[in-house]
Amino acid sequence: MTTISPPDRAGAATACAHCGLPVPAVLLRPDGQQSFCCGGCATAYAIIHEGGLDRYYDLPERRSAAVAPSGKSFEEFDHPAFHALYVRARPDGTAETELYLDGVHCASCVWLVERVPLLVPGVLRAELEVGRALAHVAWNPASTSLSAIARFLDTLGYRPHPFRAQRVEERRRAEDRTAMLRIGVAGALAGNVMMLAVALYSGWFAGMEPAFVRYFRWLSLLLTAPVLIWPGRVFFQGALASFRTRRLHMDLPIAIALGAGFVRGTMNTVTDTGPIYFDGVAMLVFLLLVGRFLQQRAQRAATDATSLLHGLTPSVARMVEGEAIREVPAEALLPGVLVEVRAGETFPADGTVAEGESRVDLSLLTGESRPVAALPGAKVWAGTVNLAAALRVTVTQSGEESRVGRLVREVAAGAGRRARIVLLADRLAGWFVAVVLLLAALTWWYWQGTSPDAALDNAIALLIVTCPCALALATPLAVTVSIGRAARRGILIRGGDALEALARPATIYLDKTGTLTDGRFRMTAWNGPEWARPLVVALERHSSHPVAAGFLEAWPRLDAPIAAAVRQTMGGGIEGRVAGREVIVGSPVFVGSRATGAPPTSDHTSAADTPVWVAVDGAVVAAASFGDPLRAEAPGVVGRLRERGWAVRLLSGDARDVVEAVAGQVGVGSGDWRGEVTPEGKLEEVERAAGQGAVVMVGDGVNDAAAMARATVGVAVRGGAEASLAVADVYLSRPGLSALDELMEGSERTLRVIRRNVAMSLVYNVAGAALAMGGWINPLLAAILMPASSITVVLASWRSRTFEEGA
Amino acid sequence: MSVLYVVLPIALLLLAGAIAAYAWAARRGQFDDLKTPAIRALHDDDTALRPGSDKTTPPT
Repeated sequence: MTTISPPDRAGAATACAHCGLPVPAVLLRPDGQQSFCCGGCATAYAIIHEGGLDRYYDLPERRSAAVAPSGKSFEEFDHPAFHALYVRARPDGTAETELYLDGVHCASCVWLVERVPLLVPGVLRAELEVGRALAHVAWNPASTSLSAIARFLDTLGYRPHPFRAQRVEERRRAEDRTAMLRIGVAGALAGNVMMLAVALYSGWFAGMEPAFVRYFRWLSLLLTAPVLIWPGRVFFQGALASFRTRRLHMDLPIAIALGAGFVRGTMNTVTDTGPIYFDGVAMLVFLLLVGRFLQQRAQRAATDATSLLHGLTPSVARMVEGEAIREVPAEALLPGVLVEVRAGETFPADGTVAEGESRVDLSLLTGESRPVAALPGAKVWAGTVNLAAALRVTVTQSGEESRVGRLVREVAAGAGRRARIVLLADRLAGWFVAVVLLLAALTWWYWQGTSPDAALDNAIALLIVTCPCALALATPLAVTVSIGRAARRGILIRGGDALEALARPATIYLDKTGTLTDGRFRMTAWNGPEWARPLVVALERHSSHPVAAGFLEAWPRLDAPIAAAVRQTMGGGIEGRVAGREVIVGSPVFVGSRATGAPPTSDHTSAADTPVWVAVDGAVVAAASFGDPLRAEAPGVVGRLRERGWAVRLLSGDARDVVEAVAGQVGVGSGDWRGEVTPEGKLEEVERAAGQGAVVMVGDGVNDAAAMARATVGVAVRGGAEASLAVADVYLSRPGLSALDELMEGSERTLRVIRRNVAMSLVYNVAGAALAMGGWINPLLAAILMPASSITVVLASWRSRTFEEGA
Repeated sequence: MSVLYVVLPIALLLLAGAIAAYAWAARRGQFDDLKTPAIRALHDDDTALRPGSDKTTPPT
C-alpha cells in the first residue's frame, strides 16, 4: 500500500487520506505519501483500497471522523445463546440479524456498509437503514461467522451492537404503517371532495343544473363518510378519552366540529338545502393527521435506549471450573464464580481480580482518561475493558446488580423523573379549546334568539373556521423543518421539546473526557533526538500499554530493529536491548532510578499530561508526554455559551488536577468545576440543579448517561459508546464542539418561528371567529379561510432560516 | 353533461384503485425507510461486484 497514488483530496498536506481530519505533526509522512491521522484510519484505508473500493473517496459526502476500532474480538456474537436471542435462521441455511452501528451518519456510510458483501466472502447481504443506524445482515454460516463480520465493521469504524429492541421495533413499525395508511386514505378522499367542492362553488356563481348540484353533493357525502369512519376515528376516540378524564384536549372541539359538520352536511344533502361542509371536514382530518404524524416521528426515539445500554456488557462469559473453562451466558454468573477475561475483552460482571496483572480502561464507566492498573485484589466493573493481559476475576455482582446495570436502571428512572417541557402550542391548546367551545355556544344562543334557522349553521361555521389545523401544525412544522436542517449540519435532534428548552439559556454542565477533550490518550509532545525514535518503537512493540499504543500510533510506519531481552514492570516501564543498546522507556521515577541525567527540555504542554522518559545506555535522552488534549475550539465555544447567557459548569470523573487544568484552559472559574465525580454523583448534581431550573447536560459516555437522561435536555457529543447515547435528546455527530454553539443559535431561531406561527394562526382564528359569530361566513369564505391559515403556516415554516450555513 | 354520470364513477373507481395500490405499498413497508433509498439511488450500481462473482481481485 505504499505504491498507491494519493486520492485527490489528500493534496492538502495535512488532511488524513481516509477521514480528512488534520494529521498531527508527529504523524506527517515526509515522503509525500498519504498521511493518516491515526492507525485506525490507515487500516480502514488499506481495506477499502485492497477491496477495490477506492471510489469511496470520490463520494461527495463522507464521514469525517477518525476511525477508532474497539479492537474487541466479538467472540460472543458466535455463541449459541447469542444466536438464540438475535439471529434468525432461514430455511435455506443462511442466517440474518440486525446490528446497530456506531458512527453511521451520512451517505458514504450506506455505500461502504452495503459493500461489505464484496469484502467479506460469505456475507450475502448488508443493508443499512441510515436514519436509525441499523444494518440488516444476511450471511452463510458455512463460510463466515457473525463475529468476523462484526470485527470487519469495527475495523471500518462502525462498532456493531446487537439490536435488542426487535419487538418494540415491530410494534412501532406497524403503528407507522397504519398512520401512513390513514394519512394516505384521508388525503386521497379529501382531495377529491375538494375538487367536487370547487365544482360546486363555481356552479354557485356560474349557475348549475340542480340535478348536477344534487349529484355532486351526494358524491361528496359518499367520499367524506369513509374519511370519518376510518382515519377520522382517532379524533372521536381522543375526544371520548378527553371526556372521560375531564381534561380539555384539542380533540374535543375537533370531534364536535367534525361530527356536527358531517351530520349537518348530511341533513342538508338529504333535504337539498344549505351548505354541506364536507370539504372542510375531510381536509381537517387530513391536515390534522399530517401534523400529528410529523410530531410523533420527531419525538420517537430511534431505538429503545435502555436495550442498547445492555449491549455494553458481553452476553457470554468464560467461567473457570477447576482446569476447565466453560462459556456461559453472562446473566447466569453468580457471585463467587471465577471468570477469565482476556486482553481486549469487556468484563462481563463486577468483581475482584484473583489472578493476573493488567490495566483497565474505565473511561466508559467513570470518564477517567488514564488507564488504571488492575492487580490482584483490585475491583473491576462490568462494561469496562481489560487492556493488557488475561485476568481471572471473582464475580461479586452481575447482570442487573452490576454497577453498569444499576446505572442503566438510573437512566430509565432519570428519564421518567424528568419534568417534561410543555410545548407552547400545547400550553395554548387547553385555553384555545375552552374559548372556541364557549364562543360556539354563545353564537348558537345569540342566533337562536334572532334567527333560529341560522343558529346551528353559524355555530358550525365557527367551529370549522377556527379549526386548530394551523395551530396544530405551527409547532410540528417548524420543529420538523429545523430538525431536518440541523441533521444536514450534523446535529441530530430527537424532539421539539429539546429545541424549545435550548432556546432559553439556563445551566449547562459539560463533561470533560471526550467532550471538551478528544477522549483519546495520545502523544502530545516529544522532546528528544530523531535517532531515539526507532529504539523506542522497537521496545514498545512488545507492550500493550496505552503509552506503547500511543507511540506506535504516533509513528506507525517507522522501520525499527528487533528488540531482545524485553522486560516490563507493571506501573513502571519497559526495558530491553535494541540494536546493541540498552533502552529504557517509562515513568520518570522508573527511568530515573536506572539511568542518569535529565531529558533535553521539559516544557510539558499541560500539567494534566503523563510524562514518559527514554534512556539509552544509562543516560536519559528524551522525554515524551501523553495526554488527552483539549479540543481547539473548546474555549471559544464555552465563551460564546456564556455570551448567550448560559451558566457553564464542568463535571468530570477524571482526577482533580486534570480537571482543574482543563477548567483553567476553557475559562471556567474555580467554583464551577468538579473532578472525580462518579456517574451517580453526576446524576445527583444534575438532579439538584434541575430543582432550580432547566439543566442541559453535555456528555459522551455511559458515565454521563444517567445525568443526561435526568437533565432537561441531554446532549451527546461524538465519541465514546454511541449506543449509550440513545438516551440523549440531541446528538452532535460532527466531530468537535462547534456544533454546540450552532445548536443553541438554531434553537433560538426555531422558537422564534414557532411563536410567529402560533401568532399567525391565532390571528386567523380570531378573525374567522368574529366573522362566523357575526353570521357573515358563507361556505365559500369558510372554505378559503380554513386552508389559507394552514398554508400560511406551512410557507412561513419552510422559509424560516434555522440551522443554515453561516446562520 | 350527462356524461358526468358515467365519468365520475369511473374516476372514483380509479381513486379506489390508487388507494388500494397505496395501501399495498404501505403494508409492504415501502414507506418504512424514506431516507436510505434516496441515498442509495445516487450510488453507482456495481452489480458486477455483487456476490456470485465473489470478491474482486485486489489491485497489486
